[in-house]
Order: sequence, then C-alpha cells, then structure tokens
Amino acid sequence: MIEFKNVSKRYWKHQALTDVTFTLPSGKIIGIVGENGSGKSTTLKLMAGLIRPTKGTVIVNGVPMDRRMAKAVSYLSELDVYYPFTVEETIQFYASQFADFSLERADEIVAFMKLDRKKRVKSLSKGSRGRLKMVLTLAREAPVILMDEPFSGLDPMVRDAIVKSLISFLDIEHRTIVITTHELKEIEPLLDMAVALKEGELIGIRDVEELRDDENLSIVDWMKQQYE
Amino acid sequence: MGEEFNASKPIYFQLAERINRQILRKELQAGDKLPSVREMAIQSGVNPNTVQRTYSELERMGIVETKRGQGTFVTENESILVELRERLKEEQISSFVDDMKEMGFTVEEMMKGLEEHIRAREGNKA
Repeated sequence: MIEFKNVSKRYWKHQALTDVTFTLPSGKIIGIVGENGSGKSTTLKLMAGLIRPTKGTVIVNGVPMDRRMAKAVSYLSELDVYYPFTVEETIQFYASQFADFSLERADEIVAFMKLDRKKRVKSLSKGSRGRLKMVLTLAREAPVILMDEPFSGLDPMVRDAIVKSLISFLDIEHRTIVITTHELKEIEPLLDMAVALKEGELIGIRDVEELRDDENLSIVDWMKQQYE
Repeated sequence: MGEEFNASKPIYFQLAERINRQILRKELQAGDKLPSVREMAIQSGVNPNTVQRTYSELERMGIVETKRGQGTFVTENESILVELRERLKEEQISSFVDDMKEMGFTVEEMMKGLEEHIRAREGNKA
C-alpha cells in the first residue's frame, strides 16, 4: 500500500506536485496518467524514495519513505544506463546489489524475453534494452514495483512481450504495481486503477472497470474530459 | 495482445462475451476446461483481476462451474447452453431491428433486405 499525505514537491522554482493526497492498495496494477510535465515521474520517484517531498509524507507499506527504504521498492527508470557490461554481468550486478533478487526468476524471464546473455548492453537494440530492464525489475521480490514509462518508444511486439511478462512473472495479489505511461489505450486492459495528474495536481483516481460500468468511459475518454 | 477491446463496455464483460461466443461456436464444449485465470490473462493481455471477475460473472450465470483445485469448466447443463444461445440470438436481432428502425426502415423492408442479403451471400458461396 502506498499513501501520499498532502505531498508537494518543488524543484528550485518549479512546482512539480501540489498538495497530493491518495492511497493506492496492494494487489492491483495502477497507472499514473497525465500529459508531459503533469508530475508523473516525480510521483514515482517519491514512491521510490529517490527524492524527498518538499511538504507532506509518503508512506509505503506503513513506513515513511526515504532513501534507505528504497530496498523495499523495485524501480524501473525511464532512462537507459550504459554500463560496460554484458546482459549476464548486468544481471549478476543487480543480484549482488539487491538481497531480494532471484537469479532463478531472472533466468526464466531472460528465456521468455529471448535475450542473448553474452551481448553487451551497449550493443542491444532499444527493444532489447526495454526487455532487459523488465528482467531486472521483475526478478526482485520487492512488494512494490514501480515502472516509469516502460513502454515508451517500443514497438507493439516488445510492448506485448512486456505486458505478458508482467502478468506471467508477478504474483500481483501480493504486490503494489505502479506504471506511468503515455501508451494508455494499449495498456488499459492491464490496469485496475488510474491516477490522473494535471499540472502537478491530482484530478482523479478511478477504478478502470467501474468507470466503464458506471459512465461507459475508457480511461482515455475520461482523461480527455478531465483535461477539458 | 489478442483482440482489441471496445472503449465503453467493461473489459470483464467483453471477455465474457468472447467466451460465450466460443461456446456457441463449439470451440468450447460442455465440460471443457477453461484456461486458468493467469493463462487467460496472458493470452488476452488483460489484468488477472479482470479475468477473475469474468469467470465469477460466468459462474453466476451458470455458464461455467469452478471445481475446487481443478479449475473452471463449461457447464454440462445443456439447458443453460441452449438458453445462452437463444439469448444471444435475441440480443443480436433486437439490436439489428432497433438500428434499422432508427434509420426509418419498415418491417417489410427489413425482412426483404435480410432475405436478399442472405440469398446473395449463399449464392456467392455456391
């Protein structure tokens, strides 16, 4: 469970988040949606303990979040990091850094993703780097999984593989999974809930199926309404 | 990610409709086992919680039965399957008739149009 209590975040002169309060339950896949600059990545970094709120508190599974708590969270960054490693060495490096990293599960996901272990990360295609990042994120037993734009710039085949790996390898009932994404239309069937942000403010938090049941709206349509 | 979903109806409901159609086409027969929730989620790219809801809904309607520790099966109660077939037929016809009425067609035009359309199709096949 992730709780934000009156959270604000200011970077120098830029107000990234303003007085955001919400509770995200475990056992669900939750999407954070909004335009560029709406505060999606900032929200995720706060959950990961990578940055601190200017005001308010972030509580993850009952514990106030800070850098030391980051070990409870598996975080997939939007950025690619090019260590001079092969796929295999990168996996071993992660295993050495995180006590909850399962090499056995990493093997399964590597096989599922058809990644070549001997290749250098630098020489991988963008799609394969996206796949490798999923291996590194999903191989951990962390109760909280955070993914910043895991689908961005990837072709539909890779997106499909990522969605399938998420369902195959995560015991969702025991995790809280939060994804920021632009690829809303394709990803909606994967989501339980959506948190909509606009200019750093929370404009809504909805159950995806309820929204369709009650208002005949998809998340994309709902977002358009909220942004009008 | 399998087929696309329509934007306004709940996804659990659309997934249930797909399974119902598979039953009507006899791709799934009385007594057949459905994929596990997780398998179905992977196949269709849908959240496992949503698939669970689809299965619960189909169970509530008597179309499938969950056997503890074994999985979910299409009911062997033929009368429920006959009823399902009739209900889906009725729904489809009723939405066709509503649409045609809305466009101002008379019953005679509908019947004639339908007959001609079917005859032309069958003719093309022959």
